[in-house]
Amino acid sequence: MSAALHFENLTVSFPPRRRSEAPWRAVADTTLSVGAGEFVSVVGPTGCGKTTLLNVAAGLLSPTSGSVSVFGEPLTGLNRRAGYMFQSDALLPWKTAAENVGFGLLLAGVAAQEAAQQTRSWLAKVGLTHAGERYPHQLSGGMKKRVAMAQALIVDPKILLMDEPFSALDVQTRQLMENELLALWQNDRKSVLFITHDLEEAISLSDRVIVLSAGPETHPIGEFFIDLPRPRDVSEIRLTPRFVELHQQIWHVLRDEVLKGYAQTVA
Amino acid sequence: MHKPLPKTLWLWQLALAIAMFALWWGLTASNILPPFFFGEPLKVIQQVGVWFIVGDIWEHLGVTLTETVLAFVIGMGLGLAAGLWLGLSALASALADPYVKAFNAMPRVILAPIFAVWFGLGIWSKVALGVTLVFFIVFFNVYQGVREVSPVVLANARMLGASQRQLLVHIYLPSATSWVFSSLHTSVGMAFVGAVVGEYLGAAKGVGYLILQAEGSFDINSVFAGILILTVCALLLDWGVTLMERRLLKWRPGHE
Repeated sequence: MSAALHFENLTVSFPPRRRSEAPWRAVADTTLSVGAGEFVSVVGPTGCGKTTLLNVAAGLLSPTSGSVSVFGEPLTGLNRRAGYMFQSDALLPWKTAAENVGFGLLLAGVAAQEAAQQTRSWLAKVGLTHAGERYPHQLSGGMKKRVAMAQALIVDPKILLMDEPFSALDVQTRQLMENELLALWQNDRKSVLFITHDLEEAISLSDRVIVLSAGPETHPIGEFFIDLPRPRDVSEIRLTPRFVELHQQIWHVLRDEVLKGYAQTVA
Repeated sequence: MHKPLPKTLWLWQLALAIAMFALWWGLTASNILPPFFFGEPLKVIQQVGVWFIVGDIWEHLGVTLTETVLAFVIGMGLGLAAGLWLGLSALASALADPYVKAFNAMPRVILAPIFAVWFGLGIWSKVALGVTLVFFIVFFNVYQGVREVSPVVLANARMLGASQRQLLVHIYLPSATSWVFSSLHTSVGMAFVGAVVGEYLGAAKGVGYLILQAEGSFDINSVFAGILILTVCALLLDWGVTLMERRLLKWRPGHE
């Protein structure tokens, strides 16, 4: 069976800011795949091109060279089988929480009654039944993320792309959201590509963690299978010896890259 | 934090208006200001009363308001369409840029005689003048609104399957609307300016024409009466815009 998402020798360059400079090679020679029903996290230092990778997977950005395939077929244009959860606020501010959740169904031309029923059911799944009529500016950070999650999942994408979706939340809300994500994922096992800079988050959620090198010319430098049992509770699993062991192993690889990345931002 | 405004604020506002009239009356009645040039408030109010009771003001007011509303609606429609079009097409906006700037910088009132020649002395020459004033305000705001749509919101809608047309309806238009409304208070005033100035320069009906007539016979009280009526109408129109804004922009912070 072919992978849900496969990058083959992917390179992404951006035009230089000044003509005298060489183009900025954000991602270089990256081969990576996400199996069907697999939860894969990608960790790397800040500014290493993680989001670039995700945008390529979404079809929002075309690679300079190399190829992307989705369930065995080469990707052209937008990735219609993928849902995307953005790092920053991506809700439509002029639509209520309920309208935001049901937006994908509206676009797809689903009958109003059917759409309303699914919207109610998804609002309930993310615990926002009472907040359906509120506008995004009336919601807390955690509630907005719940709406965004329901908005991405209601159209039932086979692949879920997540770009540090919980990075703006406080630690407690964040762990709550991680558990809710796992609970929802457990139901129908979508293929997930999860981008984060938080190693603990990556280990506690994933089947597999991929470590990226510091940019530019980011590429994978390590791959770790997370054999922690499921279902997991993200706050409890962090205390198990196996978690600590995995954390040490991965951190050993990641640390040098983080230092490199840090040196670049300071320089 | 601001102190909460007193509930009786409107009473104080009314009192301020009465005080201004009292001051005006005091200054003109005591001949400190010559009544011939500055009018007499009692006679001004009397004149307003006479116009409304006899009823010849209705026709003039009707004409002026029709011109204003037509200029407002047409100008807004054109501004919205042009703003969306140029905002979404980089080529069209680059091509039109110098002309847009030139037309906007031009004092539009000088077009009034041309419009009078083209559209006659009826209401359409005034509507045309109002449209040129309203159009640019709305146009620039929509243009800005379209350009400042959050790229993340846009990418999100595209990932959820939005077609170009759906992006226009669900993203660009609502985003532009919020920008249009911030300009609507200015543009409703501008539509009014277009109508009255147009009438002032040549017409057979309208409040602007009435004022011109009064001025011609040195009837300063009627001039002030006309100005008073126009001011009240402008206030009412502005209030109408506020009501519309509350309905359409309830999603924005501070608009509940």
